[in-house]
Amino acid sequence: MKHTSVALLTVVRKEVTRFLRIWPQTLVPPAITMVLYFIIFGNLIGSRIGEMGGFDYMQFIVPGLIMMSVITNSYGNVASSFFSNKFQRSVEEMLVSPMPDWVLLAGFVAGGVARGLAVGFIVTLLSLFFTDLAVHHLFVVISVILLTAIVFSLGGFINAIFANKFDDVAIVPTFILTPLTYLGGVFYSISLLPEFWQGLSLFNPILYMVNAFRYGILGYSDINIYIAFAMLAAFTLVFWSLALWLLKRGKGLRH
Amino acid sequence: MQALTVEGLEKTYDNGFQALKGVSFSVESGEFFALLGPNGAGKSTTLGIVCGLVRKSSGRVSVCGDDLDQSPQAVRRHLGVVPQEFNFNSFEKVEQIVLNQAGYYGISRKEALPYCETLLKQLDLWEKRHTPARMLSGGMKRRLMIARALIHKPRVLILDEPTAGVDIEIRRSMWEFLQKLNQQGLTIILTTHYLEEAEAMCKRVAIISEGKIITNTSTKALLKQADKAYFVVDVTGTTESLPALSPFSIEVLDEHSFLVEVNKSISLNELFAVLNEKGINVASIRPEANRLESMFIDLVAESKQ
Repeated sequence: MKHTSVALLTVVRKEVTRFLRIWPQTLVPPAITMVLYFIIFGNLIGSRIGEMGGFDYMQFIVPGLIMMSVITNSYGNVASSFFSNKFQRSVEEMLVSPMPDWVLLAGFVAGGVARGLAVGFIVTLLSLFFTDLAVHHLFVVISVILLTAIVFSLGGFINAIFANKFDDVAIVPTFILTPLTYLGGVFYSISLLPEFWQGLSLFNPILYMVNAFRYGILGYSDINIYIAFAMLAAFTLVFWSLALWLLKRGKGLRH
Repeated sequence: MQALTVEGLEKTYDNGFQALKGVSFSVESGEFFALLGPNGAGKSTTLGIVCGLVRKSSGRVSVCGDDLDQSPQAVRRHLGVVPQEFNFNSFEKVEQIVLNQAGYYGISRKEALPYCETLLKQLDLWEKRHTPARMLSGGMKRRLMIARALIHKPRVLILDEPTAGVDIEIRRSMWEFLQKLNQQGLTIILTTHYLEEAEAMCKRVAIISEGKIITNTSTKALLKQADKAYFVVDVTGTTESLPALSPFSIEVLDEHSFLVEVNKSISLNELFAVLNEKGINVASIRPEANRLESMFIDLVAESKQ
């Protein structure tokens, strides 16, 4: 047990040290991007839009933008870090050790969650320069953000396992994550959409995460938050099992 | 007790290439053992399977009595691995790389620090402990991998081409270091291209060719098998118009020396008689250092026939 906890702490510390060491690449860019969103969408365009869901447009988009930064950063952290470990073959340091597969996975996921939450915290602080935020339901806020960071860290890990080159790590965020996030109710309430598009939006899992988080902050959601929790739990379970199975099979790691 | 037992090991890669065709050998505890073979013979695949980086198709591996299939974690705890290629995060610092490795084996930073210091000092890396690994020379990187492999005090050390690309001075100091470890009871298994390395250090040698072990014996016994010996002859004159020295075949090395092949059935006196008869003044004569190399070439060639 002691061996396992030391191994887990070692991987977590290594991962956290990595993203803190390169903070100009990992923490500053999302902060700048989000400030631009706050200024352009929230202040300049938002002032002309008026209210959305009974809230200032700025207040409406802040939870979605916090969630967007958590999603992209937790995913990106694990995808790039684990792929770099594969690429440099330093992952072999862990593969030859007696560390169980689940510890390796949990360590990388914890690193992704730490970066996602760190960026989420920075973006939340920055948002306070533009609007007032009151937490409507603290448990929902914490559990949704934590589960979302875990789900996308696991997603990044699976992406890195299948990736053979750096381009493969960029494909999913560019062609899947970004469109789903933009279409996941970050900037609008799906009640504004025609019925067909509303129905289609319900197939977008990010919609549930963004709305559940918005419910935690503002008390407003387009969807039932119990469904959001069920989806988050299901995604966590499926992605965790898949990642662990791939590790056990040695996919892309043990020839 | 046997440190390593490999039985009927087979490996076919996904592309259909059969790298191992029933490899079997064992290494006694405390031995210094070399696995030799030409490129692509199956050395790294064999060691990769033992370390868990390659999945075997069939066969059995056990390390210090623990079976790889039944107790993979116990097997990994017994082993220290120094791979052929650098496989550390080049942005991390030397000491951090070694301490992280200790952590993966469940040894806390605090527990690992004193031995980490000892190892880095023994391997002349202590002054570089806060240097990112990418700033190290090739020889230092190799030594870093040795320190990393030893931090959890393994019972068996596996080295895949440990001195590749290392200059002669560092290579010799690494040999001394490894010999000292072996004298302290550590079982060492290495693959190498420097056959001189195997001859100088290893008590036993196995030669693998095309996925099969073609010989597995003590280094001394292997060298005894050699039916030819090679000597370097330095002459006082020049080798420019060197006559034939029948029945010995020769190869001119430079202006003042040549290599002569002597069949073991022929006495050296006969060689001196021929040299005398041809009027060649010998300044000195010495055996060619790398006797194992010729054995190796002959055995591999025979196995391919």
